[in-house]
Amino acid sequence: MNKFGYSVAQPRVIDYESNDRSLSEYLNALEPSFRRCIECGGCSATCTAAAYTSFSLRELHVLIRRGESRKIQSALKKCMLCGKCTLVCPRGVNTRNVITLARNFKVSLNNAV
Amino acid sequence: MNTDVVVIGGGAAGMEAAGRIAQAGYSVSVLEKKSETGGNLVNWYQLFPDRKDSREVLGYLNNVVRNEKLKMLTSTSVKSVDRQKGVYRIKTSSGEIIDTEAIVVATGFDLFKSERKEEYGYGIYENVYSSADLEKMFRAAEVKLKNGTLPQKIGMVHCVGSRDEKSGNIYCSKLCCVTAVKQAIELREMLPASKVFCFYMDMRMGGAHYEELYLEAQEKHSVNFIRGKVSEVGEAHNGKLIVKVEDTLAGRPLRMELDMLVLMAGMEMSGGGKEISELLDLDTGDNRFFKSTDNHFGSNMSNSEGVFYAGTCIAPMSIPETISHARAAAVDVIQYLKSAK
Ligand code: SF4
Ligand code: SF4
Ligand code: SF4
Repeated sequence: MNKFGYSVAQPRVIDYESNDRSLSEYLNALEPSFRRCIECGGCSATCTAAAYTSFSLRELHVLIRRGESRKIQSALKKCMLCGKCTLVCPRGVNTRNVITLARNFKVSLNNAV
Repeated sequence: MNTDVVVIGGGAAGMEAAGRIAQAGYSVSVLEKKSETGGNLVNWYQLFPDRKDSREVLGYLNNVVRNEKLKMLTSTSVKSVDRQKGVYRIKTSSGEIIDTEAIVVATGFDLFKSERKEEYGYGIYENVYSSADLEKMFRAAEVKLKNGTLPQKIGMVHCVGSRDEKSGNIYCSKLCCVTAVKQAIELREMLPASKVFCFYMDMRMGGAHYEELYLEAQEKHSVNFIRGKVSEVGEAHNGKLIVKVEDTLAGRPLRMELDMLVLMAGMEMSGGGKEISELLDLDTGDNRFFKSTDNHFGSNMSNSEGVFYAGTCIAPMSIPETISHARAAAVDVIQYLKSAK
């Protein structure tokens, strides 16, 4: 394919209807403060991992809510669980627990498979 | 007939201003076009932020206007106004002639007509409603789709007819964000199985206790907030509504099917206000609302001597702001009458 310079363009649209949002529902239930996020970006601004990689906890929150699972897994690995984000969040989201739970959710999914 | 003050408009502002002026011992006539008083308030069910029943506020206002110095003339509008030797002579639609020292303009606002924003399909798709339509459904305790089923997925579109050059209104109507949040909560309470999505450009929760309501909507009622301006709405074969929106926080377009859409209609200068601005030669601003002589200390003052403003005829205001503004108008009028004597 590359020889001819063709590639298949993936649709960029977030397809809310077919996306699996079970992780979002899981977090809403186990860490209700997850619902309070207003996507302000305070967490990403202070995040050590975000300073050196393309990781954004704020963006991760959106992706989880919309069920964009492809991108979630790789992002989750970048967090170092330092907890700085929890200190700055204006809405009192327990961000570290969100990440820990999200990582565990992945494990339980893998175990289920 | 002679009176000290004529109040034009019998909504919240007109009632409050008239009542306060009468309490101070002056004679007041209120001219209300419609057959009932209360203005836009009668179309609302519960009020933000504490979900007070609008009837409670109407009850308060009906009490305020109960005064022997106060005449309430409903189904009466202004036909013409003349001013001679400092006295305004008003001819009403019922043929009455009223001479008055001062006038309070309390002509309120009109809700933006949602069909003007054609791309949202109001009046075209059967399950697109306005915020005022939803209030009626709440009052009737029945929120249903046209086919009689209960909506499962409901979208609230913010800024319909506000902050939109295409609608001719670049200003923010200030109260529709909190209205959306309030209505989202009411929907979730009435239809616990439903999912509610607010599509917003900015969440403007500037009033007392508004932000707390927003937090409650997220935490307690799981209302979803998606930042992005809905550009258009379509209908699928199955009757579902498809919104076109960018999820600006994800930086990608979003496709979503909804059963029902509620448009958060903005506030505009009222038709009645426009007529009065011509009859009395009153200045209006770029936003078409009446223009006060000063934004800081003269918001009740007009460019005409003896003519004062009360309430949303100068800008969008909440009920508590309207009541305070009308009280302030009463103070200005009373001072004017005292100094004229
Ligand atoms: S806990 Fe993770 S997301 Fe939060 S600041 Fe530390 S590295 Fe960033
Ligand atoms: S700081 Fe808190 S509210 Fe802001 S984006 Fe991060 S988690 Fe959300
Ligand atoms: S209050 Fe909110 S919905 Fe209303 S015009 Fe302003 S930003 Fe838009």
